[in-house]
Amino acid sequence: MTSVKDKINGAARRVPTWALYIVYLLPVPWLLYLAQTGGLGREPIKALEHELGEIALQLLIIGLCITPLRRFLGINLLKFRRAFGLLAFTYVSLHLLVWVVLDMSLLWGQMWADIWKRPYITVGMAGFVTLLPLAITSNNLSVRKMGAAAWRSLHKLTYVAIVLGGIHYLWLVKGFQIEPILYMAVILGLLALRVVPKRR
Amino acid sequence: MAMRWKNTLKDHHVTDEAVYLNRRQIMGGAMAGLGLSGIASAASAAEEELTPNPWDDITQYNNYYEFGTGKDDPARYAGALTTEPWTVKIDGMVDKPGDYGFDDIMKAMTIEERLYRFRCVEAWSMVIPWNGFELADLLAMAGVQSSAKYVAFETALRPDEMPGVRYPVLDWPYVEGLRLDEAMHPLTIMATGIYGREIPNQNGAPLRLVVPWKYGFKSIKSIVRITLTDSEPPTSWNKANPREYGFYSNVNPEVDHPRWSQATERPVGGGLFSGRIPTLMFNGYEEEVASLYTGMDLRENF
Repeated sequence: MTSVKDKINGAARRVPTWALYIVYLLPVPWLLYLAQTGGLGREPIKALEHELGEIALQLLIIGLCITPLRRFLGINLLKFRRAFGLLAFTYVSLHLLVWVVLDMSLLWGQMWADIWKRPYITVGMAGFVTLLPLAITSNNLSVRKMGAAAWRSLHKLTYVAIVLGGIHYLWLVKGFQIEPILYMAVILGLLALRVVPKRR
Repeated sequence: MAMRWKNTLKDHHVTDEAVYLNRRQIMGGAMAGLGLSGIASAASAAEEELTPNPWDDITQYNNYYEFGTGKDDPARYAGALTTEPWTVKIDGMVDKPGDYGFDDIMKAMTIEERLYRFRCVEAWSMVIPWNGFELADLLAMAGVQSSAKYVAFETALRPDEMPGVRYPVLDWPYVEGLRLDEAMHPLTIMATGIYGREIPNQNGAPLRLVVPWKYGFKSIKSIVRITLTDSEPPTSWNKANPREYGFYSNVNPEVDHPRWSQATERPVGGGLFSGRIPTLMFNGYEEEVASLYTGMDLRENF
């Protein structure tokens, strides 16, 4: 009898990564459709911005789950990690694009001031900038050129990016709200798993 | 709940959205045709430039954290709030303290229509046709003593009916306050209706404050207590984050909020490509209210 772990690993082997891209990009046209037809409420821009940002954060968290899943449960989803990372970057970029074009209507002066003056925007923008080199080097050529060790240490920036994302969410809500606190707790928990010493 | 309005309002007070908009058009046309716009008062001329948001914008996009922090939470959950019977305790430095029944208040007050801009601190805005009466009239009913300098307000706190208060989003119950001269200003009203209809629960039924030159959170909803005092009362958002929310909270494009630029705002209901408009000093009511703050540093007293 095969264990649950082996079943999952077997299924994961059969799922091609391109399927993941298709499934995870489907929300984009769906959200745009909802925004245009009133499905996102009376103020669709904010709702769209929020939905995209939340999906981005979820994708980053999924990416962060992959190592501990393998290490502690023996579930190997490593081949999907790049896809989750690139999808997360796509959603972060769309989130930023909605802010720039729809929310701020290309008011560059005000946006520039906001980036420096509003801490939650500063932090969010820093998170985006942190993800840029990671997205650019998410290909086999970069791994070969940089060398695996250098590439791996560069991609530890994910940890910085996801913490910035979590802070961005915590900081933008008014009052004491549960959801961003839960996200931050999950992020910190997943990061903490990485410093658990290896057993022999 | 409709009973309340039957008791207090005449037919001509009840204006549905279509009639309301139609009547505005007719009035606008008549004014232009007769060349009367020149003698219209400044306030009504300003009002004529405003186009009210439709009923759905006003009632489906709300902040009322007692029912949840999502914009659609209030419309979803506020139906559970019992608004009848309703009493407002008026106490502190007044001649006639006591519990005032909502119906008794309505019998004593004259309901009028006020078309006001409404500006949220989150930098969105609407235009809302309120029905209500001047707060000054209610305060006069209770008899304000000369020692009073401030008015404190409190929102109902009903954990059984308000799912949002299970979370410590704010220090419940929600409290707000005004300086007495702000409270007595003719622009300051207690709203009991929108578009001539009974005010929906998510908008603060059965009666709420509306202070159009201040950020929306000053306009406290579902009021159960009004206290006249001689010291500045605590306000919920100031308690939660004094650096970001001052006691006055006047709409001011020149004073930064740490998290939301107040220079521009997005009118709700314009769809995806509606863009932003510049925010006006005191939300466009500068002429009427600027004198209340003469000699004050608005950066200090934000």
